[in-house]
Amino acid sequence: MLDSDVARIASWRSTRDEFDSAPAKRRAEILADRARETRRSIVRMIAAAGQGHIGGDLSVTDILTTLFAGVLRIDPSNPDWAGRDRFILSKGHCAAALYSTLAHTGYFAESELDTFMQPLSALNGHPNRNKIPGVETNTGPLGHGMPVGVGTAIAAKLTKSGARTFVVLGDGEMQEGSNWEALMAGAHQKLDNLTIVVDRNRLQQGARTEDTNGLDPLDEKLASFGWEVREIDGHDYLALLDAFSPSTTGKPVAVIANTLKGKGVSFIEDRVEWHHKVPSAEQAQTALEELA
Amino acid sequence: MTAAITEAPVYDNRIAFAEELIELARTDERIVAVCNDSVGSSNLTGFRDLYPDRLINVGIAEQDMVGIGAGLASAGMIPFVCAAAPFLTGRSLEQVKADVAYSQHNVILCGMSPGMAYGELGPTHHSVEDLSWLRALPGLDIVVPADRLQTRQAIRAAVESPRPSFIRVGRHKVPDVMPDDAPFERGRFGAIRDGNDVTIIATGTLVSRAIAAADALAAEGVSARVLNAAYIAPLDVTAITDAARQTGAIVTAEEANIAGGLGAAVASIVSQLEDGARVPLRILGLAEFAPTGSTDFLLEYFGLTAGDIVRAAKEATGRV
Repeated sequence: MLDSDVARIASWRSTRDEFDSAPAKRRAEILADRARETRRSIVRMIAAAGQGHIGGDLSVTDILTTLFAGVLRIDPSNPDWAGRDRFILSKGHCAAALYSTLAHTGYFAESELDTFMQPLSALNGHPNRNKIPGVETNTGPLGHGMPVGVGTAIAAKLTKSGARTFVVLGDGEMQEGSNWEALMAGAHQKLDNLTIVVDRNRLQQGARTEDTNGLDPLDEKLASFGWEVREIDGHDYLALLDAFSPSTTGKPVAVIANTLKGKGVSFIEDRVEWHHKVPSAEQAQTALEELA
Repeated sequence: MTAAITEAPVYDNRIAFAEELIELARTDERIVAVCNDSVGSSNLTGFRDLYPDRLINVGIAEQDMVGIGAGLASAGMIPFVCAAAPFLTGRSLEQVKADVAYSQHNVILCGMSPGMAYGELGPTHHSVEDLSWLRALPGLDIVVPADRLQTRQAIRAAVESPRPSFIRVGRHKVPDVMPDDAPFERGRFGAIRDGNDVTIIATGTLVSRAIAAADALAAEGVSARVLNAAYIAPLDVTAITDAARQTGAIVTAEEANIAGGLGAAVASIVSQLEDGARVPLRILGLAEFAPTGSTDFLLEYFGLTAGDIVRAAKEATGRV
């Protein structure tokens, strides 16, 4: 298990304190700064490792940043705190985005990111809770995170802990049947402490989602399954913050975050081939300049 | 003793399972049950009536059921995830692998009515692959209680264990085979009979048949050791090695497919021992989908009776 980074936790806390009392404009600036830092880490990690899923990492970055910097009730110095909010990255292949976010929260030293996918690194291509503080469950095969999140949400109800659960899924992942089992269960159990976030970048590994096994109208499908649906621009920090507010209807909340795969790097944005293509050294340099 | 085991009263282990679960839940609020519309077949009616909030019936959705169990465990609960064994292991195998074994969420997977307990309902409802599938998952204990006492012991052990487990909870009625004071140790076979000529390693429904076989062998002057493989994982390597070195022949018997089950596990140990200890081995189980028939009919059809064990033991010891 990796050790926490005490100095980084202190920095995360002070930023969080500032964030909590800041006006909206300043909040958005704080999140934009952190997201830029995370995107730069992602590009460096994947270029160094020669592997990774850069398109989805960049599309989900603003969602992860908003949750960890502004929403989740967590204590990185005590990752096992029983009353913590739970965060589950169901699209586990976007591990680089998660690892960068966790390092910037202080769960482990940022220098650890240099080991991404190296032999015996804790930072596997998919997250492992037994090695990385802040990871709640091991993901990688798709369609696993939401059922586990239903379980943590039920536990919070049974123990009256007040903890919330957030599960982030890829949109292509919504083709997995297990997710629809979990959608039924979440609504039936009235889990108003559960929020799922669909990273709706409209691209999956091989093609556009709508050319593969269409999801639309996703909002109507989720609503008909008994969820409170909030559809937003997944790169608009204030909209994300608003969408992550607690349920107002007693139903679980489904956020459809419309995103751009590869967001922030012009030659990667919205291009299917960049699902897991690796930037050359020159391309990585160009990407870092665009993200400066 | 011969008369005792073949004429002893027999019991459905799901009853002991339910009684023990209710008893433990009385003092431990972390215990919850999760099931797939199997309140009746998992014998959870009594639990539900006493603890309605702690019975989570997810409907006919096994993948969701196992994932929910993992989430409950990760949040500090002790979930008993109960479903007919074929659907719990087959339909949810990836959840058992990723969410339970690999994640090490402390879920207690209860495979109800395993083996060929569903008799005439056929191979879709038989769970004879579970031992093979789950043996390939590191970090998951595999427990096959042989009687009422071991069913209770297995449940208590699972609650106290820091790691996840899969427990076969038998429906096909079996007699009590273990003495009341028998220890139940993780990763250890239970010693039922000592013997010098051959060792019979049996699991679950086959244990009482192994005892009957040992009695029949004794009448013919063959001294058979009987081991009850209540833990398939972790495997009791010491007991297997001792059996090979001390008795010189081994028979395994299981209500499961022989491709990867108990017999295969024993063979993997014995075949790698030193010269002189790579002893004759007979593996009794099944290797094909069952035809139509009751559980007892199928056990006989696949050569899993006391008489079949006797024959295999004689073969292994060179007496045939």
